[in-house]
Amino acid sequence: MHDLAPLCALSGAEPRVDVVAGVTLTENPTLALASVMARQGHEAACRGHLSALLEGPVPEPGKAILHDPEASFWMGPDQWMVGAPSATHEDLAAQLRLRFGNTASITEQTDAWVCYDMRGDGIEDAIRLCANIDIDQMQTGDAQRTVIHYMGVYVLRRDPATWLRILGPRSSAKSLHHALVTAMRAAL
Amino acid sequence: MIINHPLLGPRDSSEFVYLGDASLLNRPDWQADDALEQFIDYGHTRDNPAGLHRELWYHEQGDRSWLVVTRNTVTHEITSVELARDVARTEGRFE
Repeated sequence: MHDLAPLCALSGAEPRVDVVAGVTLTENPTLALASVMARQGHEAACRGHLSALLEGPVPEPGKAILHDPEASFWMGPDQWMVGAPSATHEDLAAQLRLRFGNTASITEQTDAWVCYDMRGDGIEDAIRLCANIDIDQMQTGDAQRTVIHYMGVYVLRRDPATWLRILGPRSSAKSLHHALVTAMRAAL
Repeated sequence: MIINHPLLGPRDSSEFVYLGDASLLNRPDWQADDALEQFIDYGHTRDNPAGLHRELWYHEQGDRSWLVVTRNTVTHEITSVELARDVARTEGRFE
């Protein structure tokens, strides 16, 4: 039998934590993700299922719905990402497939993304250095796709507003981590 | 150059990738009698106007939607930005 050890995206047994001038960057390995894309002709039914899941409205363009246990943000027309704690939702895609039926195409996304949480006063200064988004205009519940060091990422402003979640390509986890820590060191 | 995305608002053109003439939405019927001629036309023949031009842009670094952008090739002024899927639906390309 293989004896495999689970590793975080940055290859540590424990999630990496970096602190620069009071701002914390934490690798977050506890997020399960799945994408939901409405199928043609089933857009309204798909929105209905997502709305029931989130117990309220679905995320509009540029927005996230921060809800527990499942949360969601808008990715494109009739496309959303759904996230939930992996401890309880490791099979998130399968759960969503049951709920959405043939109204949506559901794709497992957990292994595609690395998640960093940046928290503290001054996070805007770090983001301003590395991403072409108007971070000061972004309120809690806003979600933007942008580019950091040529890597496509999602930046979500969470609650409290001194908390940003950054989702980037897992295969470039170290490059993205390097970019974020470099920006934090330069700005803070 | 700023492209006023219909869903996400004004975005820098560096977030987008340019494809070309929006007539690419009008893919010919491969079963037509003159399909070969139509596809040669579709694949290779383009107008090159000095003035208003409808073209396809892809929001690569955003929501990954295809847009039909009406741009003046002389001044770069953008007068209209639509979701390509809305244009295609309006023109009956789906269903």
